[in-house]
Amino acid sequence: MGVILKVENISKQYRLGLIGSGALGDDLKRWWYKVRGKEDPFLKVGELNDRSTKGDSQYVWAIKDINFEVQEGEVLGIIGKNGAGKSTLLKILSRVTGPTTGNIKTKGRIASLLEVGTGFHPELTGRENIYLNGAILGMTKAEIKSKEDEIIAFSGCERYIDTPVKRYSSGMRVRLAFAVAAFLEPDILVIDEVLAVGDAEFQKKAIGKMQDISKGDGRTVLFVSHNMAAVKSLCTRGMVLRQGKIAFMGDTTEAVSFYLKDGFELENKKIFDDLYDNDLFILHEIIAKGQNKTESALILEDDALELVTCITIKSSCPEQYHVTYHLFNELGEPLFSFSSGSIDLLKGYNRLHCSFPKSFLRSGQYFLSFFVVENKRKAVFIEKDIMSFTVVDAKRDLGVYMGKEPGYIKPQLTWQNLTE
Amino acid sequence: MNRSSDDTWLYNISSNRKLINFNFKEIWRYRDLLVLFVKRDVITVYKQTILGPLWYLIQPLFTAITFTLIFNKVANIETGAVPPFLFNLASISVWNYFKSCLTATSNTFNSNAGIFSKVYFPRIISPLSVVISNLMRFGIQLFIFIIFFLYYYLKGAQVSINESVLLFPLLVVIMGLLGLGLGMIISSMVTKYRDLKYLLNFGVQLLMYTSAVMYPLALVREKLPQFAWLVEYNPMAYIIEAARYVLLNTGSISVKGLGFTIISTMILLLLGMLVFNKTEKNFIDTV
Repeated sequence: MGVILKVENISKQYRLGLIGSGALGDDLKRWWYKVRGKEDPFLKVGELNDRSTKGDSQYVWAIKDINFEVQEGEVLGIIGKNGAGKSTLLKILSRVTGPTTGNIKTKGRIASLLEVGTGFHPELTGRENIYLNGAILGMTKAEIKSKEDEIIAFSGCERYIDTPVKRYSSGMRVRLAFAVAAFLEPDILVIDEVLAVGDAEFQKKAIGKMQDISKGDGRTVLFVSHNMAAVKSLCTRGMVLRQGKIAFMGDTTEAVSFYLKDGFELENKKIFDDLYDNDLFILHEIIAKGQNKTESALILEDDALELVTCITIKSSCPEQYHVTYHLFNELGEPLFSFSSGSIDLLKGYNRLHCSFPKSFLRSGQYFLSFFVVENKRKAVFIEKDIMSFTVVDAKRDLGVYMGKEPGYIKPQLTWQNLTE
Repeated sequence: MNRSSDDTWLYNISSNRKLINFNFKEIWRYRDLLVLFVKRDVITVYKQTILGPLWYLIQPLFTAITFTLIFNKVANIETGAVPPFLFNLASISVWNYFKSCLTATSNTFNSNAGIFSKVYFPRIISPLSVVISNLMRFGIQLFIFIIFFLYYYLKGAQVSINESVLLFPLLVVIMGLLGLGLGMIISSMVTKYRDLKYLLNFGVQLLMYTSAVMYPLALVREKLPQFAWLVEYNPMAYIIEAARYVLLNTGSISVKGLGFTIISTMILLLLGMLVFNKTEKNFIDTV
């Protein structure tokens, strides 16, 4: 055991905007500085990669000053929001593109599963593609030959193996590609989001294989995924990237919760001040939280969700009014509506609690529309997407299905086996 | 991490890569990939076409006929004892190999962007495989040439062959390397400045006219002495002239000219590898 991979001060700069106009000029300037032995003038400018704020510079750092070491046999999970620099880092590690500054030293061959099925040629048969794809990924012909039967068996495409790949269904193609990649035997394996392939059955197989690779064979793996359950179960250490820098490095579980708090826009609470102040009411705040939990804690799937509405009613006959919510998923599809119709509102300040059953919503982001209804008939106030909240995946048993379960409701149903 | 183990690193990815960094060991390790790429190109090129490899024949035959009509019948270019058609067919087959090597390798980065952006392997494998797989096409065209050669021979035309034909494989290798070197230089530049792609099509056309494809080298010296340097400084001209000498026993073989060709090929190849090496590091960001 020792350090197998050492990353020192790795940074990568990208140029934004149109490449073309002015680029030749910049190139010449760069060259001129280089000739005189000066530092590259464009390396000084540039800012960290934050998509949401508009920068002044044409150059951004996709990743900046990344330093870490990986021990032999370690499975390092790399997590972060979109644009945090995960893929850039992996691209540099797998030598697809070079770093702008810094060094990476390794003691072993690095092979990547950045994208399965790279270089598949539609006109070639499945078998021919196994060889071609294997060779592209760095295997020798002899290595592939010794694993050919295993690869074919794993892919489950025996019957079509001598048919051109263009006749394959997309699922079959992915399975075949994954099978080739899974039998790669580099010292360091780089995996990016490959678990999202195939159907449930194949995913299970793929996870099993991943576990064999990382646990059984003691291979060093760098694993990038948005699937927190997979990261938790496969990785021995976690790294959270944020805007091109390492925001957290350490224990996997801590890394995952760090990311979830950091990554999700944790807007489970919204304070409106005097945004909604009219003749009828003042809406102060809406809070979504888990029962018996603080407002800042994550809402887990198995928590009982509580929705708190703080509202001041100005009308002299408050019992005419009640509030109604419509709940939408992240695609904007309505799930259901619920209202305070069963209770009366009071004149003045009201703090309304709406409790959901335990384990009711699946993980995901939800949006609420807010209505104030008069006499249970007429909506006198409508505000769409007034707030959103996020429900986070609880610990899941591994070895089972890894993808997101379908749907949004997680009903707790009663099952009985009534076999006589 | 103790300092002493620093020298045991297998390899080092660094922002300041050395200018000259030809990792032949690595290329050798990927030799199977080279073979498989060649196989892929050979197998797939004419899938789902009706005429298949016949296309290899149609193009040079028709070009040779056109050249014969225009340059030999209309413009009266003398080809000596050799039938003009055979003269043109030999030149075109040889020229075509160079041309296909050059145009295909010069598009290496753009046509392989998909694969290059995902996996690392020594990038030079790609242009190398193109140069090798083009040999098959060249072989078929050469075969047609031999058939016509025999046809004219049996008809009693003044065609003959001498022992210098053994030099032919060497000429092919030089030609392949020349195409490779030049193609790599262009491919590296095309990734950044796309204009070159358009320039290339046109440039190859022009180059053909200065490469003694449809006329003997001696003719241009005799008729246009003030422009002869254009042809004389063109390495391809010597290859074509030499190829005609070894295949048809016409014209001359110039040791000095071939020496010039070999040296310029080596220089271009080295330069090509340098530029290619520099480009492969970061081209994916600009392509």
